Amino acid sequence: MRSIRTLEVTTGLFVLLGVAALFYLATQTTNYRSYGGRSYQVRAFFNNVGGLHVGAPVRMGGVTVGRVTRIHYSMTRYQAEVDLLISDHYDKIPADSTAAILTQGVLGEQYIGLSPGGAPTFLHKGSTIHFTQSAIILENLLGQLLTHGSHSGK
Amino acid sequence: MKRFYALIQPFLEFCGALGRRLHFLVTSLVLVPSALARPRQFIEQLFYVGSVSFILIAVGGLFVGLVLALQFYTALSRFGATSSLGGLVTLALLRELGPVLTALLFAGRAGTSLASELGLMRATRQIDAMEVMAVDPMRRVVAPRFLAGILAMPLLAAIFSAMGVLGAYLIGIKMMGLDPGVFWSSMRHEVRFHSDFVNGMIKSLIFGVACSLISLYEGYHARPTAEGVGQATTRSVVISSMAILALDFLLTSFMY
Repeated sequence: MRSIRTLEVTTGLFVLLGVAALFYLATQTTNYRSYGGRSYQVRAFFNNVGGLHVGAPVRMGGVTVGRVTRIHYSMTRYQAEVDLLISDHYDKIPADSTAAILTQGVLGEQYIGLSPGGAPTFLHKGSTIHFTQSAIILENLLGQLLTHGSHSGK
Repeated sequence: MKRFYALIQPFLEFCGALGRRLHFLVTSLVLVPSALARPRQFIEQLFYVGSVSFILIAVGGLFVGLVLALQFYTALSRFGATSSLGGLVTLALLRELGPVLTALLFAGRAGTSLASELGLMRATRQIDAMEVMAVDPMRRVVAPRFLAGILAMPLLAAIFSAMGVLGAYLIGIKMMGLDPGVFWSSMRHEVRFHSDFVNGMIKSLIFGVACSLISLYEGYHARPTAEGVGQATTRSVVISSMAILALDFLLTSFMY
């Protein structure tokens, strides 16, 4: 009788520890939490999103305030449409804020940087960010530099 | 005609072996609900398969985490990128090392004991006796062990990865003096819930099915001699290990 009880207790302990490890890995080491919580969605249109991908952070002054949830091409505006999910903690972002696609470091990941504007109204669920700055494509930049350089050389 | 038959004989034998294993897999999967109906047997098997492997897996995970962090630290410090240590170690653990090393250790620790136990039951005619008593040995012996193996594997892999993260923490923060905030935030920034954590757990679930199936099959169909039991045990480890590594390559190429 005693041995059966030890067996049951040990098995229970093993399962408990296993589930605890699963829970710990899922919530503490992954970005799972940043998707949770209360948040609202806004849209932004860009001419070129460059290497931006779903899950990329949205930052204000270097602080992550949300994430990119969807990127697709709008056939009505002929621009790339990016859906941003912003945490409810940051519900006082001015409506005329600027969204820019920036790169972390020289070769780092791309993210969306928000710079606050001065409007008295705030972004809310479903609103659109009107002032955007596309990703800087290194190839285009180099191309412009080269053509510009050859023109000025003559 | 005879010549032709001799030519395709190995192929037919291979197909037969594959078919027998598939039949074994389907029968075991169908019997899984009946194993759940007898919780006592199932819990007993979960103890023999899972709890007894706990120490091995926990210590293994801790040391793998320690070594990974140490190696990554020396490599990353050359580029001044030690800030991404936490993310890198956790990615490596969740995606590959956790599921694969756990499965290999599981094959050595629990798989062998399953194979030799069933092989000995076969050799001492216990399985035949059950059949004579109209007790289905697949239902009575194989199903609870199979279910326990499937459930234990993801739990063990999670324990392995969690201990690995602890090892990386000990090296990175306690020994090398990295900033804890940078360490943990790089982890949360790099590791994606769905593509890294969930895929890793799916991997280890599939390894659990493969590993238990191979060990049980080899034991169940062992030749009923002392030598046969030994061979079945060896084969279970060899085939499991190869299956795990091959499956890992396949799964990785599908997932990422």
